[in-house]
Amino acid sequence: MKIKQISVFLENTPGNLEKACRAIAEADVNLQTITIAETKDYGIVRAIVDNPEKAVDALKEKGFSAKLVDVLAIEVDDTPGALSSILKKSSENGLNIEYMYAMTRPINDKPVMIMSFKDIDTAERVFG
Amino acid sequence: MEQNWNDKNGKFHMASAMDYLPREQLRNIQTQRLRAMVELAYEKVPLHRNRMDALGVKPSDIKSIDDISKLPFTQKSDLRDTYPYGMFAVDTSEVVRLHASSGTTGKPIVVGYTEDDMEVWGDSILRCLRMCSIAPKDFIQVCFGYGLFTGGLGLHGGAEKLGCTVIPASGGNTERQLMIMRDFGTTAICCTPSYFIHMIEESQKYGVDMKTLPLTRGVFGAEPWSEQMRMYMQKNTNIKAYDIYGLSEITGPGVGCECGEQNGLHILEDYYYPEIVDPETGVPLPDGEEGELVLTTLSKRAMPILRYRTHDITSIMTETCKCGRTLRRIRRIGRRSDDMFIIRGVNVFPSQIEVALMRVEECTPNYRIILEREKDLDTVTVEVEVGEQYYSDSVSELDALRKKIRTSIVNIVGISVVVKIVEPNKIPRSEGKAKRVFDNRKI
Repeated sequence: MKIKQISVFLENTPGNLEKACRAIAEADVNLQTITIAETKDYGIVRAIVDNPEKAVDALKEKGFSAKLVDVLAIEVDDTPGALSSILKKSSENGLNIEYMYAMTRPINDKPVMIMSFKDIDTAERVFG
Repeated sequence: MEQNWNDKNGKFHMASAMDYLPREQLRNIQTQRLRAMVELAYEKVPLHRNRMDALGVKPSDIKSIDDISKLPFTQKSDLRDTYPYGMFAVDTSEVVRLHASSGTTGKPIVVGYTEDDMEVWGDSILRCLRMCSIAPKDFIQVCFGYGLFTGGLGLHGGAEKLGCTVIPASGGNTERQLMIMRDFGTTAICCTPSYFIHMIEESQKYGVDMKTLPLTRGVFGAEPWSEQMRMYMQKNTNIKAYDIYGLSEITGPGVGCECGEQNGLHILEDYYYPEIVDPETGVPLPDGEEGELVLTTLSKRAMPILRYRTHDITSIMTETCKCGRTLRRIRRIGRRSDDMFIIRGVNVFPSQIEVALMRVEECTPNYRIILEREKDLDTVTVEVEVGEQYYSDSVSELDALRKKIRTSIVNIVGISVVVKIVEPNKIPRSEGKAKRVFDNRKI
């Protein structure tokens, strides 16, 4: 399922992530999952929230560079080999995964992986 | 005041006649004015007299404008050392205006104007504005700071003398500036180039579309700016962007300006005589060669200045301008001999880094340069903001962009630098002169 993730470019300095999270909180948006891709100077915060548009507006209002990015939310069986079979399906279709992370809460009692693909439309067709 | 307009719509103004004098006639005026000014400086200002005596030069040795190179130089430190009125050649009762520089390093410097000086200054700016095709029918928004800085009141006086509708907005409060621009129907603006870029960026936030405004001319000065910045301004608004030059020590803005050709700045050399010298040795260089600009006031009475070392690096252009003015032009000033920094033995000018950044499409003109020293090794960090759409969600894309910027700088400057892409609005915006270089080296 294609869903909207919020991505925020943040400098890697103390207090900056807190400021961004506070902006989201003040907009009364609930964080469902958050992950950071970090480098020495900056990080990209990726989050799934209950109201992504509102979160992005709130962040921009506070001067952050925030955007909506399409990602796939894919249900994974809670059994050995479940993820590798998804990855196999992905590579067989020539799809490269840019990054992925897990939702903190199961959906329909199943774990959910968030995956980013360059060619999201093809990926959506493959994974439905 | 008398109306000396031949054409109310602004084809020509009497004051601009001096822009078109035959060179020989201009030389005669320069000679006459220089001789009178040297006499005044020698008689009334001890510093000039002592310097001339030390070189064995008497006012009578100055027979023509060509003898100017016999005169001693004046440095900024001279103005500081004689603070506040030591350089004045008239009694302060004749002085009708004082301005002062910000004095970031120690004491400020004070400059004074007699009533005649104010007339000359007003004429200078009027002629510069005419070069930018600004006419009495224009609404001109002056967003240089009003106060001790010469920018605001200087432009104001000249624009009023020309007969424009002057909007003395002064600097700061960008939202109000944009509102005024839209509601008052501003057709021309003057401010620092970095402040105008800031306005362009902010305009979207305040719902002002700069492209739909009647604003068609911008007069920018008080800091060096690049051709790339001009392109950015002209692309994002409907203005034609002109470079105006000046410095408080000589008079303030109005020493020179670009004409419609946008190719070099005409120096009003009937009032301000330009020379180019070798910045190291002080030896005069012929027209066409690059060096430090040296200026001599030819008409100033309150504070005559002999051969002022501007530290601005440029050259005098040799070709005659297509616009028909006979006033010689200097190339746009991209750098100052004193804002150069030396990194690992290489001379670097901030303007070179700016050019390198602006060659990368993703970069904005918002950047700063930080110099540090770690274990005896100098490092240069360039912090730059990129366009909103280029803050990618992908680390690899951002890293590729960072490398692209670094390569552009290495290609132009020849030194390796650390490039940091910073968050939007992270670089402090200036409403006056932008400070680009932060030298944190402890030496």
